Amino acid sequence: MIAARHLSKYYEVQSRPPGLAAALGALFHRTFETVRAVDDVSFEIAAGERVGLLGPNGAGKTTTLKLLAGLLHPTSGEVTVAGQEPKKRDDAFLKSVTLVLGQKQQLLWDLPPAETFELNRILYDVPRARYDATLRELTLLLDIDLVARRPTRQLSLGERMKCELAAALIHRPKVLFLDEPTLGLDVAMQVTLRGFVKKYSETTGATLVLTSHYMDDVVALCPRVILVGKGKLVYDGALDALARRVRPDKHVVLRFSRPVARVDLERLGAIVRHDDAEAVLRVDPARVHEAFARALAELPLLDLTIENPPIEEVISEVFATGNPDGGAP
Amino acid sequence: MFRALARVGATESVAYRTEVVVWLLSTTMPLVMIAFYSAVARDGPVGGFDQARFVAYFLATFVVRSLTGSFVSRQINLEVRDGTLAARLLRPVHPLLAYAAESVGALPVRVAVAVPVALGMLATLGEGALARGAAAWLAFFASLVGAWLLSLLVSFAVGALSLFMDWSDKVMDAWLAGLFVFSGYTIPVELFPARLRAIVEWLPFRYQIGLPAELLTGAHAPAVALELLARQWLFVALAGLAVRALWRRGVGRFAAYGG
Repeated sequence: MIAARHLSKYYEVQSRPPGLAAALGALFHRTFETVRAVDDVSFEIAAGERVGLLGPNGAGKTTTLKLLAGLLHPTSGEVTVAGQEPKKRDDAFLKSVTLVLGQKQQLLWDLPPAETFELNRILYDVPRARYDATLRELTLLLDIDLVARRPTRQLSLGERMKCELAAALIHRPKVLFLDEPTLGLDVAMQVTLRGFVKKYSETTGATLVLTSHYMDDVVALCPRVILVGKGKLVYDGALDALARRVRPDKHVVLRFSRPVARVDLERLGAIVRHDDAEAVLRVDPARVHEAFARALAELPLLDLTIENPPIEEVISEVFATGNPDGGAP
Repeated sequence: MFRALARVGATESVAYRTEVVVWLLSTTMPLVMIAFYSAVARDGPVGGFDQARFVAYFLATFVVRSLTGSFVSRQINLEVRDGTLAARLLRPVHPLLAYAAESVGALPVRVAVAVPVALGMLATLGEGALARGAAAWLAFFASLVGAWLLSLLVSFAVGALSLFMDWSDKVMDAWLAGLFVFSGYTIPVELFPARLRAIVEWLPFRYQIGLPAELLTGAHAPAVALELLARQWLFVALAGLAVRALWRRGVGRFAAYGG
């Protein structure tokens, strides 16, 4: 469904030191530097896959998404989406994809979202019966019956994002590009949107490419992740495989009925966090059974859980070490 | 599709009552000109313009400006700066067609302003102040469409400059300065000194406002009207080519800022 081969996008940006003299000098002689926003990235995404595009700020993930959506023209390399070349923005391509930018909007600002829905029905040539059915379904799932009739400018961020998603899906695209769709939303709204996107993808078989700084979005939606750093592809594969490779250890979370001495915990594993009521230990997977048994036998426990390390830590470690295989590069 | 976009334009044009009032106020320059030139011509005609002709001419410019003014450059500039042009580019309709349709959609409000003025003109100045004969009216409507298209294309081309530079709004300001001076909006082209007039006739500004106003007030013989119309549509074609070139190159440079 999506194929990127040696995809690159470079920008020429002006560079000058601060100060008035430099500003005056720049009037006569400007110096530019090349920023490699995306640098020789290749990957393929099959129909129906849900993929998270991750990386720190400025890594090139949004640029990659915009290249896939046809908004940006590549400096070099090739990309095809649904059999089309995105930068040509042919009608067939535009009708098969959608891009939701969390910080931008396609809703008509002064009019109710219902007006945008109707406009999109006509622009995307959606048959009336299918439109009615889709809109009914979206309205129900997103609970936007009332808000869709109020001017967009008067909606809250969460209400607006739900309507943005509905507007983006009116034509039932085969490929969804979502850029930070839950940015700025409260936790409950994030959960709602995640659930909705997952259900849409599962029921329609749509392909999803998502960027998000919220790892919960990625964990909930994307079995596969593509990590980019400084424009280059760092990792492409299953999220749980990455976690196992980079951070194979487990987190043992212990809750106590009374305070426990630090020395008693150090015998079980490395202490991540410790206070009077709770401790988190990092334990080698081969020693989890032993630590579990000793904790039950020796500590005043109220509760004990074994968890994988948070995915944020896994991703941070990959970018800190530059090595998705775990450990130092 | 065009009708749906025009409907959106119409709905948006009346979304803010205050904005409608402000727009109305911004179109009143010809009324100021009427007062000014009426005073100037109180003691006798100026370059063939008596008081009644001045009134007819500037009411005509008011009608033409109301019906043909375009604010697309400001819209594109804004959309490029805040990145919302991205949403427009992802719709299966060419942005020029979308802007044109939205502009047409705003016409009912403009017609509601211009038509009463035109009728008032007819009532107070009599039929003699207006073009006579089907051919003359046909020429006027052709020039009105040409003026609308030229204004839209120029505005779109300047807006497309936002894809190359940060200050395309300043280019539009410069264009508007030229428009106010050389289009006949504040000084009828007929009153320019002969040498300057020869230059003005080969600038595009007159064909955005002056020519339709002149044709509405019956200022030209058929042969002259046809020649001026040909020039106007030549400028429309040139503006179309400029739009095509600027947009094609500009979209390739679009950086989709932010996010």
